[in-house]
Amino acid sequence: MDSAAIIDRLTGVVPGGAYEAGASIDFATLYVPADRLVETCRALRDTPSLRFNVLVEVTTADYLPRDPRFEVVYHLLSIPNRLRLRLKVRVGAAGSLPTIQAVWPSAGWLEREVWDMFGIVFDDHPDLRRLLMPEDWEGHPQRKDYPVQIRKAAQTYEPLEISEEEFKANLERDRIRRTH
Amino acid sequence: MAELRTETMTVNMGPQHPSTHGVLRLVLELDGEVITSARPTIGYLHTGIEKTAEQKKWQQVVPLVERMDYLAAQSNSLAYVLSVEKLLGLEMPQRVRDIRVLIAELQRIASHLIWLGTHAMEIGAVSMLFYAIRERELLLNINELLAGFRFFPSYFRIGGLREDLPRGFHEAVSAFLDRFPKKVDEYEALLSKNDIFMRRTQGVGVISHDEALAWGLLGPIARASGSDYDVRKYFPYCGYETYDFSVPTATEGDVYARYRVRMRELRESVRISRQAITRIPPAGAWACGDPRVVPPPKDKVYTEMEALIQHFLIYSQGFTVPAGDAYVPVEGPRGEHGVYVVSDGTNRPWRIKMRAPSFMAIQALPKLVEGGLIADVVAVIGSTDVVMGDCDR
Repeated sequence: MDSAAIIDRLTGVVPGGAYEAGASIDFATLYVPADRLVETCRALRDTPSLRFNVLVEVTTADYLPRDPRFEVVYHLLSIPNRLRLRLKVRVGAAGSLPTIQAVWPSAGWLEREVWDMFGIVFDDHPDLRRLLMPEDWEGHPQRKDYPVQIRKAAQTYEPLEISEEEFKANLERDRIRRTH
Repeated sequence: MAELRTETMTVNMGPQHPSTHGVLRLVLELDGEVITSARPTIGYLHTGIEKTAEQKKWQQVVPLVERMDYLAAQSNSLAYVLSVEKLLGLEMPQRVRDIRVLIAELQRIASHLIWLGTHAMEIGAVSMLFYAIRERELLLNINELLAGFRFFPSYFRIGGLREDLPRGFHEAVSAFLDRFPKKVDEYEALLSKNDIFMRRTQGVGVISHDEALAWGLLGPIARASGSDYDVRKYFPYCGYETYDFSVPTATEGDVYARYRVRMRELRESVRISRQAITRIPPAGAWACGDPRVVPPPKDKVYTEMEALIQHFLIYSQGFTVPAGDAYVPVEGPRGEHGVYVVSDGTNRPWRIKMRAPSFMAIQALPKLVEGGLIADVVAVIGSTDVVMGDCDR
């Protein structure tokens, strides 16, 4: 099934969705407006003739200096219909997207990785934290303007220090508790 | 009678735990021995391969992607070279396709052997590891014969193979294929009806068919829950549609079902490999004839000016790939491996993204272990067959 046929079926289900067929060499590709993303995904999953029941992959490509800069790419798979589909959403440098976890729960970590690597915010994501990079990392490494090799100072923390009086007081307090 | 204390306990499992297959960390919330919540933490093995690949030329990425899933190296590189060849529009000769099928299936056997050995060892059948490694050694020897490298041969190249098959390859593979089915019988005699093994695995870590697909667990995990999705059957590549094999499935969705599915996959891989080795003639084409990508033969390089120039260009600048994007999946040992490549028309990739089955499996791990016993966590992690290099990339 090519992009035009899928757009045909979608426009009947999702009102106001301005879809656009993308160029591709392997399987159908659609550009989806960000504000219609969740409805589109739900329609793709639930429409009987489409039934894209698996979210295979969510990733992003950074097309700096193009504007809008990012394309978030969703790969879908319909096992009953033996179909694959690629959704693309254009996102600007400070843009954000709705999360599609309500449609496919597997989007959770995939979107987290996109945020971690590209800094694209997913609204209403319940757990948008660093996934692969350390929690205190600054920047988003897969962006094209992020340097490949950086020198980062080793993270050190102040050692835990207590005075001798505090140490003895702790022991004393502990001893009193144990006799109870 | 005094009131029982009912607070839960938090247990930190990993990242240095021997059963986590690398450096997976799980924060478990326990109520007695029952797990009320599990939170996986990953990223300890993140090496930034996708970022590094953007600095390399197309052909130089092959050794990098092999180091992602280090137990199924050639499954990764197969996905990568197929994606790039899709962008280039290259068609491979029949012999190259058959050799790729054979090597991919041997890689699946090697990967499943490590899964079998470690999984059984973690449940308590320690000797399984030694038996499994014994047969895997033969496969590593075949890799060494192919490319001089045992773990990461980088034998698949964009445009074909690195070089022709070495002398003695057919004999080594045939000897392995003759020996191996009897060894699978031995493994099954040790485990399949083993009372301890069955009690530790049956009814443990159950996931339903719909849930497995909703969590993106394509591969042996979904097939153990009743799905028949296998990339080799649904979207054939490398001529898999011409091979006679079946896709093992089970419906229980527990650890034992995943064990049975993978054991039958071992036998199916042997079946495909036997067909492939009879189709591969001892000599013939080992790369496509496209001069953009494949360097000219050495005797021409030494005698013809144009060939020398082409050789120099390919090894210094590399080749360019038409702008566009492609995603080609292959059925790896752990599930659907796929590489999404984006080219901007230059000699370096613009973006490479590996679809990692272990990543999806670890994401779904809380679904599998919550409500179960802490002792079963080890069995469940083993049954998902995760490789942290694949997960963190």
